[in-house]
Amino acid sequence: MPTPEPRTAPGGVIHDIGYQRYDGPRLGRRHILGALYLHSLRTAFGLGRSAKAKIFPWLIMSVVGVVAVVLTAIQVQTGVAALGYNEFPEVLSILIIFFCAAVAPELVSRDLQTGVLPLYFARPLERADYAIAKLAALITATFLLLAVPLTVMFAGAAFSADDLGGVWREFGDYLPGIAYAALHAVVFSSVAVLVAALVKRRAVAAAAVVAAFLVTTPIVGVLLVLPYETSTQLSGLVNPASLVSGVGDWLFETTGDTGIGGWGPLYGVVSIALVAACVLLLFARYRKVARS
Amino acid sequence: MTLIATQSLTKTYGNRVTALADLTVAVEPGVIGLVGANGAGKSTFIKIMLGLLAPTSGQVRVLGLDPTTDSQAVRARVGYMPEHDSLPPDLSAAEFVTHLGRISGLPRTVARERASEALRHVGLYEERYRQIGGYSTGMKQRVKLAQALVHDPDLLLLDEPTNGLDPAGRDAMLGLIHRIGTEFGISVLVCSHLLGEVERICDTLVAIDGGRLLRSDNITAMTTAIDVLAVEVSEGTEELAARLAELDLPVHREDRMLLVRLDDDRTYDLILTAVAELDLPLHRLDQRRHRVAELFATRETTNAHA
Repeated sequence: MPTPEPRTAPGGVIHDIGYQRYDGPRLGRRHILGALYLHSLRTAFGLGRSAKAKIFPWLIMSVVGVVAVVLTAIQVQTGVAALGYNEFPEVLSILIIFFCAAVAPELVSRDLQTGVLPLYFARPLERADYAIAKLAALITATFLLLAVPLTVMFAGAAFSADDLGGVWREFGDYLPGIAYAALHAVVFSSVAVLVAALVKRRAVAAAAVVAAFLVTTPIVGVLLVLPYETSTQLSGLVNPASLVSGVGDWLFETTGDTGIGGWGPLYGVVSIALVAACVLLLFARYRKVARS
Repeated sequence: MTLIATQSLTKTYGNRVTALADLTVAVEPGVIGLVGANGAGKSTFIKIMLGLLAPTSGQVRVLGLDPTTDSQAVRARVGYMPEHDSLPPDLSAAEFVTHLGRISGLPRTVARERASEALRHVGLYEERYRQIGGYSTGMKQRVKLAQALVHDPDLLLLDEPTNGLDPAGRDAMLGLIHRIGTEFGISVLVCSHLLGEVERICDTLVAIDGGRLLRSDNITAMTTAIDVLAVEVSEGTEELAARLAELDLPVHREDRMLLVRLDDDRTYDLILTAVAELDLPLHRLDQRRHRVAELFATRETTNAHA
């Protein structure tokens, strides 16, 4: 029989009050999901982590922030918006991709790599809930990345508006901008989390996420230069970024000339199908991971 | 109440690999050792008990619950320590164990308090705010044990808890497990491929091999057998065995040694006389506790002969 460890430290005595059983409340599924979601959202921004984990998300956020501040300054000075709310996510889409590529592996590949998943799945956490919490965390983080600068731009424009009517007009532009940012967040995050969930190594996962978004870009380019109107109008469906901007053209573009013709609803349906497919594949992935 | 009960539990992967074959076993609360070689089906058994794998056929009940239908309830009351590395290097032990406490359904403040307590019980109080990446293997094993303990489970499933530890670390870990089983009032199932290790701390032993139950019994029932004498001679082992058999001493061969049941001091004299009369060079003669390993070995050989 091994002797129990000595319980006295050289510097003093630790009074062992013995083991206490716990009879208090044990919270249900919603709270467990919420706890994992909040933890993941903090992870997305590197909070509670080493300085190294903060570099990428905060670097991208500051670049986006600087762009927003410059745009606001230009608008306040000249009274003309250099970039509309709807154009903001489109122009910055490469930064959104980089953000997702930096954060998604931190959220899901890291758990695969360090072997933490068996600890999660041995607890009353549903496998699907794990996927939902991680996806929701990335969607929220990406949305914040876009929504905070948009709000700064709106605040700048609102304060420099001549009258209350001007503020309301600005608000009318701002709301679709926020909705459009949310759409970007949902589509980009779904693809990024699914890709990252398939790769253990974080660096490889980040590259895979970028690749998932960029490999199809040349196809879009080829379809665009083909001499058929339909192929030009449908070219955006091939790539997640151009898919989302197609939906944006359909829903938010007011000028009439959109480049997607009458295919707007198709862009909408394909977007929903893409997100749904990503979520279902993500569930399937974690059902498999939990068994192994 | 029966802690774990299985009835003809079978798990096959695909059509060829059989991980568990017709396993029927029932164990009472306490410290239970689950022994078997690598690939004997221990990890599969644990995953089935956690409700992560569905058995191909047969029934299983853990803490009176059925993990195949009620896995959430089972997992809320069970703590699991996996065999492999399962810790994020860039979090502190306190933060990580608190987080997992919350995933087990503890409210925020309770999770924090119980994480500190669990880490104190495993002997990691001072170091708990340091990043896990800087811990030694022994400390990491303790964190893994603490996270299994944080939500005050009724049953701990420990998969190879002494893996990678030095002898002192092993003793400390086994002492800790024994304390959890006896003082904390938590039942513990310890998986190991080292029989000599678990037999020191267990009340019950379950041995499986190739997914089949080898033996399941109370450890006192297994070790009540009397001590044995190990005799080794440089040559003439056969002659000595024959002579001892003539003297009515039951002899059991093990490699180059002869194991003789030690009834009383007269046995020594009989053996020494026999060795002297045969004029054999005596290599060693020492008393050994009848280890459980030998019981299993005997049983296996008997099975083989039968």
